Amino acid sequence: MALQDKYKELIDAATNAGVGNLQVREQEGVLYIDGETSGTIKQQLWDIYGKLDPDYAGGDLMLNINSIAGVSEGAKLKVTTNRTNLNIRKGPSTEDTIVGKAARHEIVTLVRKENDQWWYIQTKDGEEGYSYTQYLTPVE
Amino acid sequence: MRTRALQVVLLCTSLFLLVTALPSCKGGVKDADISTAINEKIKTMPEMSGLTAAVKDGVVTLTGECKDEACKTVCETAVKAIADVKSVVNNCTIAPPPAPAVIVPEANVDALTKAINDAVKDFPGVKTELKEGVLTLTGEVAKDKLQKLMMGLNALKAMGLKKIESAGLSKK
Repeated sequence: MALQDKYKELIDAATNAGVGNLQVREQEGVLYIDGETSGTIKQQLWDIYGKLDPDYAGGDLMLNINSIAGVSEGAKLKVTTNRTNLNIRKGPSTEDTIVGKAARHEIVTLVRKENDQWWYIQTKDGEEGYSYTQYLTPVE
Repeated sequence: MRTRALQVVLLCTSLFLLVTALPSCKGGVKDADISTAINEKIKTMPEMSGLTAAVKDGVVTLTGECKDEACKTVCETAVKAIADVKSVVNNCTIAPPPAPAVIVPEANVDALTKAINDAVKDFPGVKTELKEGVLTLTGEVAKDKLQKLMMGLNALKAMGLKKIESAGLSKK
């Protein structure tokens, strides 16, 4: 229970924000928090995590908050890379060749989901391929 | 012909009523019948398995453990439907939900390794080592990029990643 105390602020915030399918469980010294929510709430939760453990180095929390589960095909997505363009690849892996690029903050369309990490997208110029979901934010 | 048919129906009905009404002359007999009927249901209905029933003057008290509220209702309704049952005292308790046994799914090591490589690709200074579901991070990362890196890696819990050790990762 000690971990649930340490991360109480985070658990409370997730509960109050109405995170879907929220599960908080502890096993072998690791607290697992799973749930589904919007990109905004996910960011807020991660900022709380960063406040409680500034380096995310405790090794005692797995914060698996999915902000993309509810996004459906045809949805508009914003490219949210740090600085660079987003690679569009032939297959769902960084080992696959790059077939196109989407500019930072460009709006692209979700065609279909391969898995939680890779989505098949289309740019407004008609370029198609797989991109990493970490850099795609649903336009809310 | 119609009168004849009606007579047959009437005869059958009165016979049936006579037969069914006969044993219910005394309360004790009724209670015994109710018990028999309940025991039959306990044997045949999976919802009622493990329950016990006490019958007194047509009032049935149910005890035992049901898996949920719906199951409890099903049992009560089934008992109420038995002839001569006046009322049911439903003292069944609800079983606590079983603790989810598997928190982290079994990892497909190849798929997980690949996903880790994808997640750290844009963080060139970061080194990874995966062992028995535990990911150890070493090397270095820019402090302002750390959150993005950790977000991507934490999501891999869904693929079987149990834990991330990043104490040895220097943040600059």
